Amino acid sequence: MTNKQKIALAPWVFTIGFFLLWEAACRLFGISSFVLPSPMQIGAAMWEYRSQLSFHSFHTLWMTFAGFVLAVVFGLLLGLALGSSKIVHAGTYPLLVGFNAIPKVAVVPILVIWFGVGWLPAVLTAFLISFFPIVVNVATGLATIEPEVEDVLKALGASKLDIMTKVGLPRSMPYFFGSLKVAITLAYVGSVIAEYNASSYGIGNLMARASADFNVPLLFAALIALAVLGVAMYAITAWVEKRMTGWAQRSGFAAG
Amino acid sequence: MGEAFIALDKVQHVYGGEGGVLAVEDLTLSVREGEFVAVVGPSGCGKSTLMKLATGLQFPRAGSVRVDGQAVSKPVKIAGMAFQNPTLLPWRTTLDNILLPLEIVEPHRSRLRREKAAYTEKAEALLASVGLGGFGPKFPWQLSGGMQQRASLCRALIHEPRLLMLDEPFGALDAFTREELWCVIRDLQAARKFTVILVTHDLREAVFLADKVFCMSARPGRIIAEREITLPRPRDLEVTYSPEFADIVHELRSHIKDARSGVH
Repeated sequence: MTNKQKIALAPWVFTIGFFLLWEAACRLFGISSFVLPSPMQIGAAMWEYRSQLSFHSFHTLWMTFAGFVLAVVFGLLLGLALGSSKIVHAGTYPLLVGFNAIPKVAVVPILVIWFGVGWLPAVLTAFLISFFPIVVNVATGLATIEPEVEDVLKALGASKLDIMTKVGLPRSMPYFFGSLKVAITLAYVGSVIAEYNASSYGIGNLMARASADFNVPLLFAALIALAVLGVAMYAITAWVEKRMTGWAQRSGFAAG
Repeated sequence: MGEAFIALDKVQHVYGGEGGVLAVEDLTLSVREGEFVAVVGPSGCGKSTLMKLATGLQFPRAGSVRVDGQAVSKPVKIAGMAFQNPTLLPWRTTLDNILLPLEIVEPHRSRLRREKAAYTEKAEALLASVGLGGFGPKFPWQLSGGMQQRASLCRALIHEPRLLMLDEPFGALDAFTREELWCVIRDLQAARKFTVILVTHDLREAVFLADKVFCMSARPGRIIAEREITLPRPRDLEVTYSPEFADIVHELRSHIKDARSGVH
């Protein structure tokens, strides 16, 4: 087997090995499913509760996606404002950092008071937790325009808008798409937290109820579902990033 | 001697408000239309400031800057620029990089979409004239440093500017590539007769290319010597090994030495 094949195979071997080890440990030490269910038991629980799991997963996905889209729109606009105006940047940055420092789980009770239990707190928590990296990255992208390029265009009589659309926006795209990977994961955390605390639907809510019932296998089944969804969303944004900003990841293209 | 195309008169420029750095002071020089002028001087002498003043990217604290008979109060729009760093945009192909000025400057801006084919043809011809024929669809990062710099020259010239500003454009290249590019710019200027202001550290480059060389003093920069280069054109690279050439370089070298030690 070549080294390349080994590297391609390694993730599968390690993942399957991890679950085998887990299964073996549970059987060997006779660990109760009430403490740590074995992968087989979790698999059984996933099958048993498949309709609930898929219904609530779908709900969580929706909340995450809605919050994420809000964060992208708002983050992009604010990032552009911060990146193109030094005054806006200096003025709003301390506020932004301070806001970002608040653990968002602490905001959920306020959102519940304002909007009641339901889908809105989940969407808003997902939004609030995920817009910050987008703002920072877009602003950074704009700030890295080479002064020479600006001079070339200004000497031709380019307006600020010209420079923004021809250079600033494309220049910040790799930063923007890079931040999406972080943002989608954060949005997901946000929606699950809000569901756990203040919703009647979603994986978070399912876990809160399973926990109250001491249904540990279902709790773990929900965890696995969360992990799978999280990886899938990350993979989709990573793929979009690669498609949109191939020029910034040039190593693979250079030979062409 | 005709009317000056570019005239700086007793210009003073300061960076950073009151008590800032005095970049140039009492800077006076004039350039005729179609002339190839080189500006040499010790590093930090305000050569790049001179470029920014002449293109209207910066405005003098005192004195006047006139380009094409008009006092400069905004970017002049008749200039193309190239720098030591090629600064091509990595997300655009070489061809699209070269077309960039046309997306800004009128009347091309409003025509570009309709007459894309004609403009593309023009850009490809320009690429071919600097030895980059067929490289249009490549991305800049697929080109060598010398090729990127050629493309950068094309971008500076595509809108047929009357003034070309070069800020040490060959500084980062190896000696052979640099000499090749000297010939490229020599031929382009001979064919199109645009005015050139070349800022450089390289005295041989200045003497080989220019009709006139200005020496600047250490900061605050001003002109301490002006030397007409009367070597006949067209000049071949061989001329750089002739005794006259060496004498001129030597003479300029002594001006720079004085400038650095502050004799002037």
